[in-house]
Amino acid sequence: MPIPYPPLQPDTAAGPARLVLQGISKAYPTVVANHDIGLVVRAGEIRAILGENGAGKSTLMKIIYGVTRPSSGRMFWEGEEVAVASPAHARSLGIGMVFQHFSLFETLTVVENVALALPGKPALDALARRIVEVSERYGLPVDPRRHIHALSVGERQRVEIIRCLLQDPRLLIMDEPTSVLTPQAVRKLFETLRRLADEGCSILYISHKLDEIRTLCHTATVLRGGKVTGECIPAQETPASMARLMIGKELPRCEHDARQAGSEVRLRLAGLSHAADDPFGTDLRDLHLDVHAGEIVGIAGVSGNGQQELLRVISGEAPLAEKFPVQICGVEAGRLSPGRRRRLGMAFVPEERLGRGAVPTMSLADNALLTAAHNQGMVAAGFLRFGRARAFARRCIDEFDVRCGGTAAAAKALSGGNLQKFIVGREILQAPRLLVCAQPTWGVDVGAAAFIRQRIIDLRNRGCAVLVISEELDELFEICDRIAVIAKGRLSPVRAARDTSIEDIGVWMSGLWPGAEHTAGAPLATETPHA
Amino acid sequence: MLELEARAEPSRLMAWASPLLAVALMLVGGLAVFAALGKDPVEGFRVFFLNPVKDLYALSELLLKATPLMLCAIGLAIGFRANVWNIGAEGQFMLGAVAATGVALYFGDAESALVLPAMVLAGAAGGAAWAAIPALLRTRFNANEILVSLMLVYVAQLFVSWLVFGPWKDPDGFNFPQTRMFAEAATLPMVIEGTRLHFGFAIALAALVAGYAFINRSHAGFRMRVAGEAADAARYAGFSATRMIWVGLLLGGAAAGLAGMGEVAGPMGQLTDKVGSGYGFAAIIVAFVGRLNAFGILLASLLMALLYIGGEQAQQYLNLPNSISMVFQGMLLFFLLGADVFIHYRLRLRRRGT
Ligand SMILES: Nc1ncnc2c1ncn2[C@@H]1O[C@H](COP(=O)(O)OP(=O)(O)OP(=O)(O)O)[C@@H](O)[C@H]1O
Ligand SMILES: [Mg+2]
Repeated sequence: MPIPYPPLQPDTAAGPARLVLQGISKAYPTVVANHDIGLVVRAGEIRAILGENGAGKSTLMKIIYGVTRPSSGRMFWEGEEVAVASPAHARSLGIGMVFQHFSLFETLTVVENVALALPGKPALDALARRIVEVSERYGLPVDPRRHIHALSVGERQRVEIIRCLLQDPRLLIMDEPTSVLTPQAVRKLFETLRRLADEGCSILYISHKLDEIRTLCHTATVLRGGKVTGECIPAQETPASMARLMIGKELPRCEHDARQAGSEVRLRLAGLSHAADDPFGTDLRDLHLDVHAGEIVGIAGVSGNGQQELLRVISGEAPLAEKFPVQICGVEAGRLSPGRRRRLGMAFVPEERLGRGAVPTMSLADNALLTAAHNQGMVAAGFLRFGRARAFARRCIDEFDVRCGGTAAAAKALSGGNLQKFIVGREILQAPRLLVCAQPTWGVDVGAAAFIRQRIIDLRNRGCAVLVISEELDELFEICDRIAVIAKGRLSPVRAARDTSIEDIGVWMSGLWPGAEHTAGAPLATETPHA
Repeated sequence: MLELEARAEPSRLMAWASPLLAVALMLVGGLAVFAALGKDPVEGFRVFFLNPVKDLYALSELLLKATPLMLCAIGLAIGFRANVWNIGAEGQFMLGAVAATGVALYFGDAESALVLPAMVLAGAAGGAAWAAIPALLRTRFNANEILVSLMLVYVAQLFVSWLVFGPWKDPDGFNFPQTRMFAEAATLPMVIEGTRLHFGFAIALAALVAGYAFINRSHAGFRMRVAGEAADAARYAGFSATRMIWVGLLLGGAAAGLAGMGEVAGPMGQLTDKVGSGYGFAAIIVAFVGRLNAFGILLASLLMALLYIGGEQAQQYLNLPNSISMVFQGMLLFFLLGADVFIHYRLRLRRRGT
């Protein structure tokens, strides 16, 4: 049957239609995630899907990839109507997808995970060599023998991407693939994607990083509230104008005024050394750092350089044998459990939100109980006070603008950015004395990211000490008073953010800071930085 | 072509319907078994499923059988919620019986109102102590609690045998492997006169209520549920895994020990080497059929008791072997596991080639 085409795009993307969606809708009990969506993707086109958190982007991608079934609507693949029954079916059609929430088996190795996605039973040795080859070619270093559970989120993301590329897809769906990649890795990935597009592969690309979309994508579809609200040619827009298209109003800016930090040390690392539990992990070596009340200290670095280990040691998930190396609010806390550290006034936002920061199957009210139970008086005589838990969850939802079905909604039913907002809200609203935050705006849309950053700055203005560990240098420079770099388990000197530049920090990220002891010629575990 | 297709999310309806479906399928399967054995299926159904509920006395026997199942299952459910796999409730049951017997024999014929409370405490403590062994080995040496608790069942059985063949053997018992009968003060009073339904039933009901409150309302129960659902989140929140292993095993052990106490101080009135009659193992099935929650366990324990008694009835009136009740238990578990698939999957008819 003839397929009605929308008006042709004026630029390069004029190949034959590879994928056509007509009137796709998806209703969940509490929300219509997609409403009557039409979309055309041509051969060789890189199309961005833009939209706020909860706009329905992931839902639409999951429908195309056969994870979710649409309530109504039709899908045509290379001119023929199809009903994609499962991801395996989608892969057999030539559709590959990189998920926003990783879909890797934690207990298996990288190569085993890749093998599972490929048809038949590939030989693992040969596959491992192919993985190394592809990962080098595309600048996404991973060790095929490592177990997934030992990888940082940045490394996991590389695995997801490589797994997808190995399938030679004709339509590649990427749901926020770069949220935790370094700028260099992103640049390499974009080269790869452009090459794939030139060879005729179509790409659907979701990201909240608007400048990325401007440099990479030919066309963009804007979703708002589950509906298509517009299309644009990103190269002809500015990030600000695209943000307007997405959120329907001007982008708020954070206000970060220079301020005198307090003198009280809320977090002190005093010669912290720690051997990683995992043989492929990074050992921490002799870390020294003070975070004072009323300041935000950032730690930059390429993922996999010890951030994960450092966070676990600070949070108490990996307690130390000695007390003094980690001091929280004046207490030597190295051996305390995470719960005890919370009672000293620490709050913590972990990098994985689903499964660590929140229990996927439990409601938001129950997830409020996860860390706020004692602080917010939700326990009386050992019994839970559900009313208080609900009230606190409601406050998180209201104050952080979490779009969801209410306090009874399961954590896993929230869109990625909304769950992140909920978790950040849960930690900030406990009015901590020390906040430790990993990737605070991972996967959050531009409007909400600015909002979260502002809330972190407000918290610091009220005298809280904040430690932020992030790979996004722009973000760190936007909110931090002082910045350090972690590389190969060592910490650089801390610099005032206004006395340093993104370029300097970029060089430091390879371990080359003034006074750093490094053996000449030793290969670095990380990508070389852009200089 | 029929195909299983993953559901976008687990079906709540199926989670509840699946045990009912399993029961229905077991009934159908049971009728077929009766027919295959050359018995009239209708008569078989009457004897097996209706006789156990035909009058007050039959009902009281049903509740009597359900009592230890309820107790053991609610204790196990608490640990299972946190992925603490105590498979040895049978052994903890026996040790509870042994500890209670020790108290009863120690007091002998003394008419003290304190004997029974002391036996209750001893029973719970005995079961908990036996469960403390896998807890200690797990938390200290990371020894798998499934294997340890299971193997301790056999140790417990031998220990009971040694006691009743040796030091605790009734001197006037014609050499039977059993202790003296307990005194009046060491025997549980009856709930309904003229039946064997003893006060342990009330204890079991109270345990169900307490188990419900613990699992669903208490902070400790919440921590255990989190640990079972997402171990990383429990670690992040700072819930101690060690403590959960201890709580799960000790509560499971104490409940099983109480059940054991109820058996010796109730229908048996003495300790024999036959005290472990499989309640601790059957309770694992009860816990899962009951969906690890208190109300479900109440219904599931009644069902399981029905299967036990139905088997005895079938032996008596239909001349079938008593193991027929094991066949029914097996069918129930089999159909339940089968029906549970549909919580996460649905059946679809698909044209070939798409
Ligand atoms: N399984 C589900 N059950 C109920 N509601 C759901 C489910 N999955 C998604 N939703 C809802 O559908 C809406 C769209 O979610 P979706 O994940 O597609 O958003 P998104 O555009 O990808 O957002 P983000 O940028 O935060 O990832 C949200 O309101 C979300 O709460
Ligand atoms: Mg999404």
